[in-house]
Amino acid sequence: MGEFRMPTLGADMVAGTLTEWYKHPGDVVNRGDIIAAVDTDKGSIDVEVFEDGVLERVVVEEGQKVPVGTLLAVIGSGAGAPAPAAAPSPPAAAAQVPPPTPPSAAAPAAPSPSAAPTAAPLPPAHGVRASPLARRLAADLRVDLTGITGSGPGGAIVKEDVEAAAARGGGDRSARMRRAIAAAMAKSNREIPHFYLATTIDLGAASAWLAQWNAAHPPAERLLPAVLLLKATALALLEFPELNARWEQESLQPAAEVHIGMVTSLRGGGLVIPAVHQVNRRTLPELMREVRELVQRARSGTLRSSDLTDGTVTVTSLGDRGADAVFGVIYPPQTALIGFGTPAERPWVVAGQVVPRQVVTASLAADHRASDGHRGGMFLATIARLLQQPEGL
Amino acid sequence: MRMTYREALRTALTEALSADPRVFLMGEDVGRYGGAYAASKGLLEQFGPDRVRDTPLSESAFVGAGIGAALGGMRPIVEVMTVNFSLLALDQVVNSAATLRHMSGGQLSVPLVVRMATGGGRQVAAQHSHSLEGWYAHVPGIRVVAPATAHDARWMLPAALREPDPVFIFEHAMLYPEEGEVGEEPGPLPLFAAAIRRPGRDVTVIAHGGSVGKALAAAEQLATEGIEAEVLDLRSLRPLDDATILESVRRCHRAVVVDEGWRSGSLSAEIASRISEGAFFELDAPVARVCSAEVPIPYPKHLEDTALPQPDGICAAVRGVLQPAQAAGAKA
Repeated sequence: MGEFRMPTLGADMVAGTLTEWYKHPGDVVNRGDIIAAVDTDKGSIDVEVFEDGVLERVVVEEGQKVPVGTLLAVIGSGAGAPAPAAAPSPPAAAAQVPPPTPPSAAAPAAPSPSAAPTAAPLPPAHGVRASPLARRLAADLRVDLTGITGSGPGGAIVKEDVEAAAARGGGDRSARMRRAIAAAMAKSNREIPHFYLATTIDLGAASAWLAQWNAAHPPAERLLPAVLLLKATALALLEFPELNARWEQESLQPAAEVHIGMVTSLRGGGLVIPAVHQVNRRTLPELMREVRELVQRARSGTLRSSDLTDGTVTVTSLGDRGADAVFGVIYPPQTALIGFGTPAERPWVVAGQVVPRQVVTASLAADHRASDGHRGGMFLATIARLLQQPEGL
Repeated sequence: MRMTYREALRTALTEALSADPRVFLMGEDVGRYGGAYAASKGLLEQFGPDRVRDTPLSESAFVGAGIGAALGGMRPIVEVMTVNFSLLALDQVVNSAATLRHMSGGQLSVPLVVRMATGGGRQVAAQHSHSLEGWYAHVPGIRVVAPATAHDARWMLPAALREPDPVFIFEHAMLYPEEGEVGEEPGPLPLFAAAIRRPGRDVTVIAHGGSVGKALAAAEQLATEGIEAEVLDLRSLRPLDDATILESVRRCHRAVVVDEGWRSGSLSAEIASRISEGAFFELDAPVARVCSAEVPIPYPKHLEDTALPQPDGICAAVRGVLQPAQAAGAKA
């Protein structure tokens, strides 16, 4: 019998709100199925199940906020009788979060023969029942309506509820995300002794190969330079496992696969780091497709739990934002963050001649507990070497 | 000066007849009897039978005669006993009074004033008690006003006589004995402007004519519960003063429309619709309506009271659009 628990969807997450069950008791579930949605400080996340079976029992109801690790549902073989209901059992160490008290039913207004009959409550639009004014105000104040308890007619969220949420700062998704980023980054700089290295890489060969590839393929199959950088990084990491690892409990725990967390800025502000899985084993077109989908999911707020939890290392690519190099802050408990500046044409010496070349500055922020500068330098040199043979990527 | 609504009307009629020789009054029982509601009591003696004329019991004929007189350069004031009876004259109103300026390319003008009683509450049963002013407000080409106070009863009539087009004045029958303060001057409000009778912040209660007093009574009760209702007196039903209505709703974010007419296809429906067109994104609750029950107004007092909008029903509707944020009384 399996236990489906509230996952950690970020290093600093202590609790999440179960917002929706996509599967119900009796439903067959397969590994990888998205069975629930969880609301966290970083957004609404679809959560996957990691085993095959039957959803036997739901322990946490929709709308409840529970600590990480709390049993949410029981997955069984489907053969046995449903287990007796048990109260949610958070791990002893986890912080207690009181479940929200359900709003008490409003006393109905005295019936009046001359008053218009009260219409039956309409099904809520987009899952939230809110007045037009509340919706407009929420948009202006950047308050997230989900999770606000309405005090208006029929439990609708009204202006006052939005104002109260804005005053608490609790409903403001971007403020919550900012706090989550702040917590993770502060923890990182507090605990991780960073060291930084950078090297400029000649992209001449990679650019030429890419131009050739893109000329030969329809737009849907064309590649961006970013996937070459990702693939080269992943292959290099295979040779430097201490940079694709976690530092936990005073020891290095190398990861079995290379899942690269890709820093993705959101249009509304803030960022998320969804992971591209098994980058070292993927072909470039596969990677391109996955990156494209991942960015789309991140921006539309439909990331899955595995997107956010599986990263073993982080890459931040400044793309066309104009900076030459980035010296990042490691996302704990990872041990490295690799940065790429904006590729640009620079004077470059080739065979004694100064020629214009497309170059990029690659940088490494590494945990000095896990690695040293010597290894870090070799790692960056490996990326540079791999990028000289793009056809091998 | 304090006077009754009835006295205010009589003062206005006396002044109009004295000031302009083109003005005359006609209708059923307006002369010898002094008017069904005694608005014209004593005017026959004062102005004589040429200026205060009793007519046969034919609404179509005397409203039509009023239209003809207006076309001929007079300033007739036609009194119809109740809005129920005025239906016999609807052909004259809709097909002649409202259309002649348009159909003559602006050559003809119908400066006619028609006064009539409307509304229930006096136990005179289903043929004398309806509130059909909303039907008139549907018709382009005429103007429709509803004085709710003695002051407006005094000053809307001279303003109506100055209009070049037909103006219909609806006097709620329960208002005639009501006393109120009447100023010396009409005041700053134009004939077709709405008035805020009681400022508030939580909900706009929109009413006209006989419902204004009920809305004010409801607001008084709601104030004891911590709810500040703003009471808006429409005054003009056609044209509607959209600007004042929307300004108030945008401030209070909730609205209750009180209308003694029947709910379906009513003036209240028009107002609620304009609010959702013009202030949708300011609304914190659906617009609520308090209207008459959709029955012929009953004769027995308890049934008549139940059929008409009452302060309790207005309070309940207001609490409904605020529930439970304000009505629980728990708000600071």
